[in-house]
Amino acid sequence: MDLLAEPGAEALVIRVNAARIDAAVAINFKERMRDLLADSTPRVILDLSQVEFLDSSGLGAVVAVMKMLGPERALELAALTPTVERVFRLTRMDRVFTLHADAPARPRLSNGG
Amino acid sequence: MAAESGKATNCLRGMHRHFVNDPEAVRRVLVQTQAWMVAVGVPSPLRGQAEMVLAEVLNNIVEHAYDGGSGPIDLRLRPCSGGLICLVSDQGLPMPGSALPSGDCPSVETSLQDLPEGGFGWYLIRLLARDLRYRRFAGRNRLGFVLEADNGG
Repeated sequence: MDLLAEPGAEALVIRVNAARIDAAVAINFKERMRDLLADSTPRVILDLSQVEFLDSSGLGAVVAVMKMLGPERALELAALTPTVERVFRLTRMDRVFTLHADAPARPRLSNGG
Repeated sequence: MAAESGKATNCLRGMHRHFVNDPEAVRRVLVQTQAWMVAVGVPSPLRGQAEMVLAEVLNNIVEHAYDGGSGPIDLRLRPCSGGLICLVSDQGLPMPGSALPSGDCPSVETSLQDLPEGGFGWYLIRLLARDLRYRRFAGRNRLGFVLEADNGG
């Protein structure tokens, strides 16, 4: 499970560079996220723009990740694709998470000088 | 080398896959199913809906049917009148009580720490599929259902 963490002043952004969060990778996803969440930034934004498919195992894994953060930190989800959005909406989990239509902008590369 | 077999001559437009009960095989078959649905002209919203239902049905078999052991899963799909007729069978344990779960949606009106992490599968299946039928015959579980684009949300 390819996850890229971008620490920032306002939020820790985690890019999910995988097309599927499903039964085959749910446990691996949780383990990888646990490693990245050791950072204590209060606000965590999960960029799901590359994720085309998420099943109920993937949904459970995202819920588990939110629980890992605890009550003092927030897990927000960004750029849900249609099937993923549908799973969250049908299970009413779209009421539980803050959802953003767009992924956070990528950090600009500095050209030095 | 493909680990799944399918009889190309079974039906001109149908799809048949026979594969082992592990999550990686399920994932491969779901990806193959997407390609087949595109090839036979299934529209995009129905393709997403079909993948959701098939994932939940197949994941249930992987998790429960063979009681920790290995066994085959058989999937057949056929387009019909704008929808898809699906048949999934396995040779595992009978469904508990010889019936399908009711599929009530787990409540999300809980504290954060009490939010459910599972139990959504049958809810999604029942919401998005119709004509759901389960039959136990000759040591096999057979689950049939129909997928149509105007079901569910």
